[in-house]
Order: sequence, then structure tokens, then C-alpha cells
Amino acid sequence: MHPTDTRDPQYYHRVVDCQWACPAHTNVPEYIRLIADGKYTESYMLNRESNVFPGILGRTCDRPCEPACRRTRVEDEPVAICRLKRVAADLRGEIDHLLPKAAVEKNGKRIALIGAGPASLTVANDLIPLGYHCTIFEALPKPGGLMRTNIPSFRLPVEVLEEEMDMILNMGAEVHYNHRIDSLKELLDEGDFDAYFVGTGAPKGKELNIPGRTEGDANIHIGIEWLESIHFGHIDSVGEHVLVIGVGNTAMDCCRSSKRLGGKDIKVMARKSRPYFKASPWELEDAEDEEVEILVDHSPQCFVIEDGQLKGMIFDLVEWEENDKGRLVSTKHGETFIQADDVVLAIGQDNAFPWIERDIGIEFGEWDMPVVDRATFMTTREGVFVGGDAAWGPENIIWAVEHGHQAAISIHNYCQGVPVTDRPPYGMNLVSTKMGIHEWRYSNDYDPVLRTEMRYADLEKRLSDMKIEAELGFDVKETVREVERCLNCDIQTDFTTNLCIECDACIDVCPVTCLTITHNGDEDDLRQRLMAPAENIDQAIFASESLPQTGRIMVKDEDLCVHCGLCAERCPTAAWDMMQFDLLNPYAGHQSWPEKAITASTTSV
Amino acid sequence: MSYIKKPAARHPKLRVNSLGLTVRDYEGSMSTLCAGCGHDSVTAALVQAFFELEVEPHRLAKLSGIGCSSKTPAYFVSEAHGFNSVHGRMPSVAAGANAAHRDLLYVGISGDGDSLSIGLGQFCHAIRRNVNMLYLLENNGVYGLTKGQFSASADIGSTSKGGVANQQGPIDPVNTALSLGATFVARSFSGDKNQLVPILKAGLSHNGFAFVDVISPCVTFNDHQGSTKSYAHTRSHMHEVIETDFVPLKTEITTEYSEGSVQGITMHDGSVVKLHKVADEYDPTERRAVLDYLADVGSRGEIATGLLYLEESGADMHGFENTVDRPLVEIPFADLCPGSKGLEEVQKEWW
Ligand SMILES: Cc1cc2nc3c(=O)[nH]c(=O)nc-3n(C[C@H](O)[C@H](O)[C@H](O)COP(=O)(O)OP(=O)(O)OC[C@H]3O[C@@H](n4cnc5c(N)ncnc54)[C@H](O)[C@@H]3O)c2cc1C
Ligand SMILES: Cc1ncc(C[n+]2csc(CCOP(=O)(O)OP(=O)(O)O)c2C)c(N)n1
Ligand code: SF4
Ligand code: SF4
Ligand code: SF4
Ligand SMILES: [Mg+2]
Repeated sequence: MHPTDTRDPQYYHRVVDCQWACPAHTNVPEYIRLIADGKYTESYMLNRESNVFPGILGRTCDRPCEPACRRTRVEDEPVAICRLKRVAADLRGEIDHLLPKAAVEKNGKRIALIGAGPASLTVANDLIPLGYHCTIFEALPKPGGLMRTNIPSFRLPVEVLEEEMDMILNMGAEVHYNHRIDSLKELLDEGDFDAYFVGTGAPKGKELNIPGRTEGDANIHIGIEWLESIHFGHIDSVGEHVLVIGVGNTAMDCCRSSKRLGGKDIKVMARKSRPYFKASPWELEDAEDEEVEILVDHSPQCFVIEDGQLKGMIFDLVEWEENDKGRLVSTKHGETFIQADDVVLAIGQDNAFPWIERDIGIEFGEWDMPVVDRATFMTTREGVFVGGDAAWGPENIIWAVEHGHQAAISIHNYCQGVPVTDRPPYGMNLVSTKMGIHEWRYSNDYDPVLRTEMRYADLEKRLSDMKIEAELGFDVKETVREVERCLNCDIQTDFTTNLCIECDACIDVCPVTCLTITHNGDEDDLRQRLMAPAENIDQAIFASESLPQTGRIMVKDEDLCVHCGLCAERCPTAAWDMMQFDLLNPYAGHQSWPEKAITASTTSV
Repeated sequence: MSYIKKPAARHPKLRVNSLGLTVRDYEGSMSTLCAGCGHDSVTAALVQAFFELEVEPHRLAKLSGIGCSSKTPAYFVSEAHGFNSVHGRMPSVAAGANAAHRDLLYVGISGDGDSLSIGLGQFCHAIRRNVNMLYLLENNGVYGLTKGQFSASADIGSTSKGGVANQQGPIDPVNTALSLGATFVARSFSGDKNQLVPILKAGLSHNGFAFVDVISPCVTFNDHQGSTKSYAHTRSHMHEVIETDFVPLKTEITTEYSEGSVQGITMHDGSVVKLHKVADEYDPTERRAVLDYLADVGSRGEIATGLLYLEESGADMHGFENTVDRPLVEIPFADLCPGSKGLEEVQKEWW
């Protein structure tokens, strides 16, 4: 195996599992340490740099970081990364003076942003400080996209949403509400803008075309439209018996909203069984806590209408089995009628671009979706970019944000005459955390406490009002406890080969058996020959150069390291050091660090 | 030393032995020795050996004298019995404990200062008695604990950290043990667990005094260029005479060696120690030949390592004394003590 190039920022980045899994590469361990230090404002601002909406995301993020979290490899539950983010947002101080400001001198470039969801807002956030004039066109009377219209306020209070959007809009974005763009061609032809960003989301709820659909229409609702109507106050009640079809996150919001609109008997109807549910586990838990019933293996057959009135639905009772091709197939073994006053369809969303003409140089491909470059977010027409749910179908807020950042880089390049494919590099800072013989700038002691449970508003009270936030957030005591569970994966074990005297001290002390000195071999062979086999191939193994005394190599399996620093503490020659890794994410306009930058000294401070 | 405790988190795939224990269950408290001390690696090798031999922690007794080396019993098998005695007196404490309870597994940890200076007499007599124990001499050429004075194992010409050369001839513990009739004599290196762990396992299975001289560098006072007990010097001068393979009872022997190069010796518990000779002419059961060979190797400035001598047939202390099989501690007091009448009868023998 060749010696590992730890000077490539992506090597250590990959060790920080949460940051690696986060679409926006949020520096989680550092924001958690800032919270631990009581520096909520700094923590909030660090979050904002990459994820733009810490208060919103601290409540609603899809949390791809949590299943990836290293903590799950030494115990069951990840660090409550998301809920800690909310702590930073809840407890932060004044930040007006810290927020990015619009450039005093404009650069004369005008950008059109279509849709005021998180994708477009992120583009504006990144470009206005660089001197761009951003004009947003939004079909609805208010900004936020699905964050506003579909995420119910018992999960995301409107004040939190508006405050964070205002931080961007108040920089001086020009917004046209109630302004749906019906023809992109027209907008392009007007020629008012230097670049265009399409952030219009995936606005169409999927239909369920089975018998009775049209006759029962008055009481059959499309989930995302229904939630939007609730948000704008057009709907304020629901029947006693409600069926929600589908078991994704939208379904969870629909069933929980039904509970709050007066529904008594709410059933979520799933075609398959639990392992196949699309909803996040925490959303399922929350719904079941609110006494929503989830029925599995019920496949909708038809709506039952009597005298023009919806009475319920008939479901096929099915069993699922894998066929020889590995596909799940169902067999029916009965059917059942279930009563309903209202039915909400929550079976998915589609994109729809009737307003983008097909003869303006924007190529459309599979599923009638515009062809968008995965790295630059540009369509086949130069200067027209797409991001968020509009690009490749429904995702989530944090992906929309990352798309926004990347599109902003492209738009900036495009407007400055730089090829959009010239992406600014990632960089890193690497600084020793050594303070004394056994003192580090981080809390390296392993705390075996289990994940802190969330407290909720009293059930009766929270069901009585759509606007009462269900989760109460962590208090200071809970926060202090939870922050210590983070393993500081960004504090890297950094090895200097020529200092090692092969005393074995690091190997002997490592609590998780991840270090080995052995003779070199190819990676597959090495992985089997370590103190404990390195079976998780998603995690790298580090290989040093040849050691001075015996020519063997130091190998580290990154998989289970708990970043306790004991290897460095027990190393007599400081061949191991615990170095804080800080990933320098590229953003539009911040393109200055040299490739593979290590901008700070690599020796002890 | 380190301020934090070793994290409780462990590798989820650690092997479990027949007692349901992982290697980590044989650990002790955090070491307070200097970072990089060879003694810590010897501790780790012992932990590995106990785990692999499936030793029940409560069947183990750890004994030591004074010195950094003698502190290490605190760092392995917390659940075992232990006695940290006075400087150089571990052998007699071990002999006494073994006399009273012959069924425990005795591990004595000593240093070159503890065994070759103040405790030389005790060391010699434990060998003569063939006390059934594993005796580890963690040899760093200095008194580590008292800040690095030369010990009796320091070679002539080896310098102190300050550059002063030692002028007095060393006492070679391996030579001493062989001369005094030790039945199990090995030398190894803290930085070579592949060699050390099987030797420790063989020593723990030996019926009698199993002596292991482990070169165990003192990183703080004796790991410099002028030292002959440094990591670098030991590595470049090691001459492995024998490779040891420990085959526990009930295990099929699978390793294949070329004819004549391997000698298998069955230990009293039924396990087999396979000695793979690197040097053809070497016979690890011929005491005088071994002494000659080692003298040759030593004269070239090389350090002979491996399980150098093994004699499994001899009697241990209990054999000489013809004591009962049952540990004395388990015999009721009334049976153990003859009473004044009985004593009179015994004494009549000398009247
Ligand atoms: C019920 C539900 C719950 C969800 N919960 C979560 C959650 O908890 N966490 C999470 O991360 N994600 C969640 N999502 C997904 C998330 O809201 C979206 O992925 C995200 O908002 C997409 O952002 P966007 O900027 O691409 O588009 P959107 O948020 O969809 O915004 C698009 C905007 O464009 C406007 N628009 C559309 N067409 C035009 C046009 N032609 N002219 C002008 N304006 C137009 C729309 O009115 C809208 O305001 C949820 C989605 C749903 C449906
Ligand atoms: C009776 C007595 N004399 C002297 C000492 C001082 N002393 C403590 S440790 C030590 C030498 C230890 O050397 P060694 O056995 O080689 O152990 P190391 O620290 O090198 O492992 C001495 C002389 C003592 N503790 N007790
Ligand atoms: S332990 Fe901390 S740094 Fe590591 S993955 Fe989890 S949250 Fe991130
Ligand atoms: S920091 Fe070092 S000692 Fe601690 S788990 Fe990681 S490799 Fe092992
Ligand atoms: S503790 Fe340091 S010197 Fe010793 S083997 Fe590990 S890296 Fe090398
Ligand atoms: Mg010593």
C-alpha cells in the first residue's frame, strides 16, 4: 500500500463522519465544542457559514449526519447533532453585526432567482455580499417554499423561519411575490439578467387514480397542497376519521396535522411493512406518540362513495415476498373496508416544468426533467442554472442549501468570465491541540453516557394548537450532557513516520485496537492482518511510510478510533499528534486558498 | 502517565475466550510509567498471553519488588491477587505464597536493579528452589525509578544519558540462571511481541521456575545513542536463536517445519512447546552447549533471544519438599498443625 496522503484535505474530511455525510459539510464537532464552551453565537455563525439556516435545520434537518455518526460504531445511538444545532440557535446572542452584508459597491450583474425556497435563498445569501443584484420571483405571497407551506409550525415555528430568511432578504434582495413565472422564454428574452437560477422545487403531489377518486374529490386531498392550505388558513378542520395514504415524511406531517385540526381517529395506511417505511424513525416515533395508528400491508383498492359522499376506502390485504430477481412482489389474501371522512394522499411529489419552453436550448431528458450538470448545476443553456428539488427531484433542505452554494459558485464564475467547471479547491487547516503533556485543547475523555432524550410539550396542549412547537429543545443541563458524547472526530491522529521508534506504546494503549505495526502489503491483505481486521471498507486505513528502525509500517484503521488521544499521549516522541482539522469549504468569492492548503504550522503550539 | 482513563469503548469484534472474556478484560489500571516505556509493552504482552491461555483472573497471583518494572502488576488483571513487596524481596514472598497455595499461577515481575543488585541473593535461591512461577526481569540497564543510575546489567562502555561510560562488568541474568540450574531460560525484547507472547505462554505452562529476561528499554534514561539497551541497539543486535510456538493442549499441531529443525517439548499440563531452531547446531536441552553458544554470540556483541533452554522433567519446590498435592491453605488447621503432642513426636526424630 502506498503511504497515505494526509495532506489531501479529503482524507481527514472523510474521518469526520458527520461532516462527510452532511451535504453542506457543516463542521459539526467544532460547533459542538463551541456549544460546550457556551459560545452559542459563535456556534450559530459557524453553522450558518455552511448550512445557512441553523435554526430551521436544527429542527427539521433530514440529518444524514446522524446515521453516519462515529458514535454509532461504539454504541447504539448517534450524537444528537441536529438538536444541538437548535441549541446554538435558541441560545445565541445578538448577531446582526456578524451577518454578511451586501457589498457597498455593486458589480453591475443582475441575477434572476425563480422560487423563494431554500435553494434560491442560499444563492442570494452567497451572491449579494459579492455585489450582485438578486431578484427573486415567487408565485406565493410569502417566501420559504416548502419550508413554509409544508413543514407544519408545530415542527418549525414561523418566527424561526422568518427570522432566518430575513437575514438574507434584508441584505437587499428584490422580491416579487405573487409573481409566478409562466414562461422562462419571456424572462430570458427580456434580457434583464446576467444569469438565471431555477429553484422552483418539486411542486406536484402524486395522484392516486383508483375508482371513486373524482366522485369523492371534495374529501380527498393531495398532501402537499392540503398542508399549504392549512398554512395559509384556507383549511382549519378535518373530519373525525382520517386516512393518510403513504408512509413518508409528508404522511407524518399530514397525520399529525389532522390530529391538531380535530381529527380523532387517524390512520396512516402503508402498503408495505415497517422496514420499508420512508419516513425518518424520529418522525414515526413522534406520530405514534401522538396516538396516530399505522397500518401495514394495506394496498388501496378504491374509494367508497355513497350518495356523493366519501365513506371510506377498500384496501387489499397483501403479503410481500422477494421474487427470484430480488424484487418485492405482493400477493393479496383478502380485503377490508376502512371508514373515512377525509383522505389525504401523501405518496410522493413530482417535478413539473410546463413553464419552461422546450425550444430555448434547455435540453430535457429522462422523466421530462431538464438535464443539469451534477457539478456546475448549469443546464445545457449557458447562464441558466437549476438547484434544490427542481434539479433531480425531491430531496430536503440541506441538499437545497448545498445546491445553492454550488450554483452560486458557478454563477459567480459565469459572470466573471471564468469557466463554470473551474471549481475552487477545498483547503484545510491543521493545528496541533497539544497544550501540555496530558492536556489537549479538547475534551478527550470518553464519556459513556447514552443519547439524551428529547422532552415534548404536553400532549393535550400540543394537539390543541397547530402553532405549539412539539419539541421543547435541550436545556443547558441536557446540552452539557449531550455535547460530551461527541468524539471530536476532527481532532485527527496525525503521524510523523521518522519520529517513531516502534515502542508499541500507542498500539498497546489504543482502547479500540485500531493501530498496528506490520510489514507492508496491498490494502486487502493489510486489512486482514491488523490487530483487529478492518472490515468496514467505507472507512479508510492509514498507512505510513517505512518506519526507520525495521522498515515496517504503521497502519491505522480509521473506522473505530474514538479520538481519545491516548496514542499521542503515550507516544514518547510525538510521532502521533492530535491535530485539529478544519476543512475550508469553497464558496463563491472565497477562492483564495491554494490547493491542498495547510495554512497553519503542523507542529505543536 | 495519562490523566484520562482508557475509554470503555472497545472494538465490537474483539475475540472472546472460553471464559467469555476479551483481551481488554485482562487489563489493569492506566500505567503511570513514562510514555514509550518498554515495561508497558511487556504488560501488554502478558495481557495477551493471559487472554490466550484463558487464565481465570482469580487464579493468578502477581508479585513484585520495587522499581518501575515492579509497579507494572498494577497495570494488568485488576481482579488477580497481588503483592508489591520490598526491594529485591519478591522471590521469597513468591516462594512463601507458592508454599502455602501451590494451585495458583504465580507471576513475579522484577527489574535489573531489583533482581541483580539488592535482590541478587533472593533471585539465585528462587532458581535453586525451582519455585513454580513465571519470573520476568524487565531489563533496561538502569535504575529507572530512581532516575537512571547504571544497574548491574549495564554493559561495559555503555554510556549514561550524560555521556559517562560504565566501567564495571555486567551480571548477565541469563547466564546466571543457566549456571544456577534454572529449568526454563529465555530472553526476549519488549518490542517484539511475536516472540515474547509465545515465550510467556510457555513460561506460564512450565512446571518450575520459568525465567524470562526481557530487554525493555527505558525511554527516558537509557534510549540514547550510547546505550546498549535502547530500542535501536536491541533491534540491530538481536540474534534470534529459537522461534517458539506454543501449542495449547487439545490443539492440533498445524505449523510445518523442515525435519530436524524443530524440537517439540510437552509441558506438564499437556501443552506442547515447539522450538524452531534458527541455528542448526543449537540444542535447547543441552545446558553446557547453550552456555557455550551464548558466550559466542555475546562475544560478537549480539543479543541472543528466544526460549534458550528448557528442561521440563525436573522437580519444583514442592517436589523437593515432597509436600501434599492439596494446597496447604485448603487443609483444615487441625490437620495442618500436629498440635504439641504431635510436634513432640516429630521432634523425637532428632533426639
Ligand atoms: C410535507 C413536507 C415536509 C417536509 N419536511 C422536511 C423536513 O422536515 N426537513 C427537510 O429537510 N426537508 C423537508 N421537506 C423537503 C423540503 O421542504 C424541500 O426539499 C425543500 O424545501 C426544497 O427546496 P427548494 O428551494 O428546492 O424548493 P421549494 O422549497 O419547493 O421552493 C420552491 C418555491 O418556488 C416557488 N415556485 C414554484 N414554481 C414557480 C414559478 N414558476 N414561478 C415562481 N415561483 C415558483 C414555490 O412557490 C416555492 O415557494 C419536506 C417536504 C414536504 C413536502
Ligand atoms: C531497600 C531499598 N533500597 C533502595 C531503594 C531505591 N530504589 C528504588 S527503585 C530502585 C532500582 C530499581 O531498578 P530496577 O529494578 O531496574 O527497576 P526499573 O525502575 O529500572 O524498572 C532503587 C535502588 C528502595 N526503594 N528500597
Ligand atoms: S462523534 Fe461527533 S464528530 Fe464524530 S461523527 Fe458523531 S457528531 Fe461527528
Ligand atoms: S485516538 Fe489513538 S488511542 Fe484513541 S482511539 Fe484513536 S488511535 Fe486509538
Ligand atoms: S508510541 Fe510513538 S514511537 Fe511508539 S510505536 Fe507508537 S508512534 Fe511509534
Ligand atoms: Mg531497570
